[in-house]
Amino acid sequence: MAFFVARRLLYLVPVLIAVSLLTFSIASLLPGDLAYTILGDQATPENVAALRADMGLDQPIWWRYLSWLGGVLQGDFGRSFRTGQTVLQAVGERLPVSIELMLLAQLGALGIGVPLAIICAARSGGPFDRFMTGTAFGMLSVPTFLSAILLIYFFAVELRWLPATGYVPFGEDPAANLRFMVLPALTLALAEWPSIMRVLRSDMIATLQEDYISLAKAKGLKASRILFVHALKPSSLTLVTITGINIGRLIGGAVIVETVFALPGIGRLLIGAILTRDLIILQGVVLLVGAGFVIMNFIVDLLYAVLDPRIRHGHA
Amino acid sequence: MATLELDVAEEAVSQPARKGRRLGILFWAAIGWMIFVFAVAVFAPVLPLPSPTDMDMLDRRAPFSAEHWLGTDGLGRDELSRLVYGARISLVVGLCAPIIGLTLGGALGMLAGYFRGRFESMVVGSMDVLLAFPPLILALAVTAYLGQSIFNLTLILGLLGVPAFMRVARAATLTLARREFVIAAQALGATHARILLRELLPNVILPLFAFFLLGVAVTIVVEGSLSFLGLGVPPPISSWGSMIGEGRESLDVAPRLAFMPAAAMFLTVLAFNLVGDTLRALTDPRQGAL
Amino acid sequence: MTGNSLLSVEDVTVNLPTPRGNLRAVDHVDLTVGAGRTLGVVGESGCGKTMLSRAILQLLPKKAKLSGRVMFDGQDLLKLSPEKLRQLRGRSLAVVFQDPMTSLNPVLTIGTQLIETLQEHLELDDAAATRRSVELLAAVGIPAPEQRLAQYPHQLSGGMRQRVAIAIALSCEPKLLIADEPTTALDVTIQAQILDLLAREQRRRHMAMIIITHDLGVVAGRTDEVAVMYAGRVVERAPTPDLFKKMRMPYTEALLAALPRLDAAPHTPLPAISGRPPDPTRPLRGCSFSPRCRYALARCQAEKPALEAAETSAHTFACFHPIETRADANA
Repeated sequence: MAFFVARRLLYLVPVLIAVSLLTFSIASLLPGDLAYTILGDQATPENVAALRADMGLDQPIWWRYLSWLGGVLQGDFGRSFRTGQTVLQAVGERLPVSIELMLLAQLGALGIGVPLAIICAARSGGPFDRFMTGTAFGMLSVPTFLSAILLIYFFAVELRWLPATGYVPFGEDPAANLRFMVLPALTLALAEWPSIMRVLRSDMIATLQEDYISLAKAKGLKASRILFVHALKPSSLTLVTITGINIGRLIGGAVIVETVFALPGIGRLLIGAILTRDLIILQGVVLLVGAGFVIMNFIVDLLYAVLDPRIRHGHA
Repeated sequence: MATLELDVAEEAVSQPARKGRRLGILFWAAIGWMIFVFAVAVFAPVLPLPSPTDMDMLDRRAPFSAEHWLGTDGLGRDELSRLVYGARISLVVGLCAPIIGLTLGGALGMLAGYFRGRFESMVVGSMDVLLAFPPLILALAVTAYLGQSIFNLTLILGLLGVPAFMRVARAATLTLARREFVIAAQALGATHARILLRELLPNVILPLFAFFLLGVAVTIVVEGSLSFLGLGVPPPISSWGSMIGEGRESLDVAPRLAFMPAAAMFLTVLAFNLVGDTLRALTDPRQGAL
Repeated sequence: MTGNSLLSVEDVTVNLPTPRGNLRAVDHVDLTVGAGRTLGVVGESGCGKTMLSRAILQLLPKKAKLSGRVMFDGQDLLKLSPEKLRQLRGRSLAVVFQDPMTSLNPVLTIGTQLIETLQEHLELDDAAATRRSVELLAAVGIPAPEQRLAQYPHQLSGGMRQRVAIAIALSCEPKLLIADEPTTALDVTIQAQILDLLAREQRRRHMAMIIITHDLGVVAGRTDEVAVMYAGRVVERAPTPDLFKKMRMPYTEALLAALPRLDAAPHTPLPAISGRPPDPTRPLRGCSFSPRCRYALARCQAEKPALEAAETSAHTFACFHPIETRADANA
């Protein structure tokens, strides 16, 4: 197990370096001069030259990368030239919102997808299975922003059950916080459950053909135990994989959902930074999101080992 | 065990056959819808439609009428015309971007799968880095620096698709390169170029094409998302995504302004997914073997 | 059928719909097993012996159609409610499958898989169930049983896994154990050990046992009675000593001849049974074995022979031209 973790950790380092390189290249190699962008209308050649010197833009590119990376490693991601906030402050303020959103969304997606997958697998080929498989396929073609609009229309505009936009911190008023979170989380969950359900269903159907399921039946175990312990546990590897793959889509979806529902999360910070050309914040957020994504995938890999004793003991 | 083998084989044999029969109507309906949207988009300029950008501030959010079949939007522009022109944008981006992905990714994947070795690890490694970012974030960041234009958007979405196409092409090439006909061609002294183009490409292109259709669906969604956020195609060009984004402002008074482009987009994405998925199932070597 | 039998399979037929047509896997089979007795079911792969065992266990594939009667311990298994059936399985009717690599759940520990069976059927608390599990593992010859409980199947060798599977089957003192090719997937060196273990536990626990195998050598000396199956039908059935002394059915003879023999000269070619079993989706009008039988005559192709009694009523066979001589008496 320790060896497994160490090997994975070792692989993490080059990937993180590559992520930082890519982030830096997007910001520095693409056409357009940062100093002009920042100064906008007030850009005179003198102002630009002064700012360039101030920001180190006149240094060679590799030097800029190294000094930027050096800063990042010491926790200095830079400071917004619009608000004066550091990247870490800005991200720190908004991260809890995004994390809450994604946790709720993932819970919702698993809550819808896993039971449906189990029922469909247990009754595969039946009318319910066919109906749900079709529904899931159709839902895969509904973009996040579409379900957001539909949910707002029905629950906020027509029924007026839930607020369309807004946010209250969880610490201030948990009930109100959850009321604001329901629709955004549901939007993301609606986008994620079909893939969970489809993959888990086909995996469960394959698992239910296994000899050990026949033996479990021959042992006289209850159907619930066969489904949830004997069949779901071997299939949960797939579940972890698909959940891991979905994280990337979830982060992208969170950007849209946070914008539509006006939640002050990382996604809105990113969109705001793009709209105000706040490039330091943008660079910092992209780097942190990329690194976070890589680390999430690393954790997913570790979960594999926890779930599958064969991997844990080094049998491939 | 004899029983289990029987059971599985039976399942695997009967399933695609039944699916094929039942998806028949849906499959052709999807093809029909794709042709319809495509034709409308191509012939938009010769269709008797009002200009999609002519504003009529006196006739905002007008209901359906003989003059404006699907009414007008928040700026008094003809909704039907905007839908049709929106289809052009969604299709141009949706088709061109995966073509970039298909060409680059397909070529890289085939070369990696055929030559293996250090070249393969380099290709796979650099693709892994691209995949290390959530795609929408990367698209957003790059458009922010490059500036909004249809060309930039297509280019970025195309490049983002390269890793996925590369994987499909490489996987297909890896299995095919060990088959007898390739080994036979090598034994006959065929050049690498000839083997790649004449022996492998015709076989790799099928799964790639199925994947291409799925890529179109994904690209239309991503383009829609970016335009919905106001970061895709620049105004006054309308795409379905930006129309839905604008319609969001008037959900309470005229929800149809969001729902009509939404329906168009959903049906188109569904059609590409359906056709792509059916073709993928047909070209999947695991099922084809049965 | 005899009143005191533990299991009686009466006129059981199993049909499987396949894309190529209906497959009759089991064709009007009658069998009985008395309490504490052992029955060997022998036949080539695909002869329907595994389907027969699945039919007894009521573990047939969903699409399979089963007709006939399976009486077990005074109850008709086909008419039992799913809940009653569940309580019966693992409790008084247990099974050991062919391949211990696939019949144990790879992600659950040995202990979990043993204890869950015990606790499902016997009212044992965790400590008692654990104690009982250790006893069972020791009884089937697994060294250091306490440590095995926390291990996963992949950490054990094939033979050890099959011992675990046997321990699971024995755990609730079943009245009948069905061992479906219990040694086919194992190393030759392990096979005899597992078979002897099964025979020993069968005698010790006075349980009835059905051994399903393709190997006549396996049933010789370990069973009270043997039924030979071919193409879904029982073609010969006899008390074990009678069968080996006086086999009547040419197929049985061919099966026995196909066994490698220790006393044969080196490099003797094995007399394999020529041809292949008939396509079960295209049943023959006559005797199913006739295309491969060296004694076959015109009548064999036209009519199906019924099971009829030989010298004793316990010995039955289905053949128009049975072997009359004492074939292979030294087997």
